[in-house]
Amino acid sequence: MPDQQNPLRDMAAWLWPWAVWAVLLLVLTLIFSQISPAMARITTDTLIKLVIVTGLYIFVGNSGILSFGHGAFLIVAAYASAWVTIPVAMKGVILPGLPEMLRGIQISPLGGLVAGVVLAAVLGLLAGIPLMRLSGIAASIATFAFFIVISVIYNNWTDWTKGTASLVGLPTWVGPWAALAAALTALLIAWAFQNSRAGLLLRASREDLVAAHGAGIRVMRLRLLAFVLSAAVAGAGGVLLGHNNGALTTANNVYLNLSFIVIAMLVVGGIRSMSGVVVGTLVLSVLAEIFRRFETGVDIGGVMLQIPGGTREVLLGLCMLLALILRPDGLSRGREMRVPGILRGTRPGAKTKKEEALP
Amino acid sequence: MTLLQMLIDAASVGGLYALTAIGIGLIFGVIGLVNFAYGEYIMVGAYVLLLSASLYWPFAIAAVLVFVVLFALASDYLVFRQVRRAPPETLMIVSFGLSFMIQHIWVVMFGSLTKTVNFLPAINRSVEIAGLRIAGVSLLQIAATVVLTTVLALFIKYTRIGYQMRAVSENPRMARLVGVNSNRVIAVAFAISAVLAVTVTVLFVAQTGSMTPFFGVSLTMIGFVATVIGGMGSLPGCALGGFLVGAVTTILQMVLPPHLQPFREAFVFTSVILMLLVRPQGLIAVRSAWERV
Repeated sequence: MPDQQNPLRDMAAWLWPWAVWAVLLLVLTLIFSQISPAMARITTDTLIKLVIVTGLYIFVGNSGILSFGHGAFLIVAAYASAWVTIPVAMKGVILPGLPEMLRGIQISPLGGLVAGVVLAAVLGLLAGIPLMRLSGIAASIATFAFFIVISVIYNNWTDWTKGTASLVGLPTWVGPWAALAAALTALLIAWAFQNSRAGLLLRASREDLVAAHGAGIRVMRLRLLAFVLSAAVAGAGGVLLGHNNGALTTANNVYLNLSFIVIAMLVVGGIRSMSGVVVGTLVLSVLAEIFRRFETGVDIGGVMLQIPGGTREVLLGLCMLLALILRPDGLSRGREMRVPGILRGTRPGAKTKKEEALP
Repeated sequence: MTLLQMLIDAASVGGLYALTAIGIGLIFGVIGLVNFAYGEYIMVGAYVLLLSASLYWPFAIAAVLVFVVLFALASDYLVFRQVRRAPPETLMIVSFGLSFMIQHIWVVMFGSLTKTVNFLPAINRSVEIAGLRIAGVSLLQIAATVVLTTVLALFIKYTRIGYQMRAVSENPRMARLVGVNSNRVIAVAFAISAVLAVTVTVLFVAQTGSMTPFFGVSLTMIGFVATVIGGMGSLPGCALGGFLVGAVTTILQMVLPPHLQPFREAFVFTSVILMLLVRPQGLIAVRSAWERV
């Protein structure tokens, strides 16, 4: 006898795809953070990237517009958090150009996180209002221009950012567990958004913009909502990044390269699903780590194998190109984790619909 | 007289930008690819020049020309041809990935530090015309832009392959149906954009004498700005956009107070966003180049 109403089970079914990844990430973090301090650092780093990729995915995956601009939110959030969390005594020395109000305060790491996220979201709103009017390739170019503008400003605004020199003194409170908590929260936000009314409507507009307009979907607003949310999550990633390294710099195109890695992770995993986010981030992080090991030299059966420095980026680029050529929908092919039958329940309506949908 | 001097500066900087923009705009016009890797054609050429600088200069330039054209053709054959049917956004990421990869191959081969080369120092000498002192390289830049743009315009307008190029750009499927070998046409477009890149390389290296594996990025970006402002896919638009960006940069250099100077680029890129909002088709619009929603 099928029971009609079971809110608890519905909730579990709804959460299932997220929970599977959450448990997997938890187990992986448990294992890898115990191996060695170096491994723990790599784990933290990967989880922070996961936060950033998830942030990017909330906008790109749902709206279908490629953004090259999310690096800007990383920069803005990371520096915002630095301004309020660097100890007062150091700030006077490092950033004498900072206004009195900011120089005199020092708030908790959590406060810094909030400051970074809020500033990223505000910037996302301000930039999003004009940018979201564009579609397709024009939107992508505009987001890229937006990134350059922010990056040039932070690069040269030396009174506040020290520009290409290092800004040091950020409290390093981020470890594997903080990063895991952030990653799981980010994934949950992404999952909740993509299954919300707004997320589904936005996904409809991604598939067919004309039809979506025709059906009365207010695409611009939904895109803006996704953009702001996405900026906030990416911003959180930027804050974590700063407090993991303890230093910030805009030298050597760091944020441009980071943007590249993040986009590569999303594309390799598959732009259209949350599973793609996790798969892409994990796969490319593992590959990057393997390549890094080879750069320092690996002993295989008595033969010392070493690839020249810088090859890691080349191989990562190659992986991304191969993925795009051989598997353009990404490793996940845009699918999510299957919810097991027990949780899907036996509501007659739901079941027949599922069967009809199958070819 | 300073006004005239400024005009010449603007025209010579703008000429370089216009050539870059036309190289990017040509490929976009034909296959809808926003080619991030275009700056890499310019960059790899500079390193060939570094290696061949000891040769008699026409041979050095010939070496660069051969290498960069082959390089561009290879990038089309090995990478872009594989994703020909993909949507423009995917093509854009592909070229982004390719550009990143080429830069780092060059880092592995030559290191990431600045290399310097003294190529054709003679053209940096100033000449005096009617009381104005003008760097020879500025004159060359203006001349190269005018000559190459004219030749390209004539080529596209009057030759058989130019005609086919316009057909592929207008409707690739229809062009194939009536017997146009689109892969060959596209290869020619890549070769032409490589020739433009070589011109930029030679002028740029002769002027600055230095290079890093990343110097193509800033030129590509300026090329993008110019193509967007001028109208993507329209070659006269790209040329116009290039000159405009050159003019704006020169003017900003003169009028901005010193403490705002470093933010020059930010102003230029803000103008791109504004342009996309106000007139997304660019100054000279091409109907087929944009989605019709």
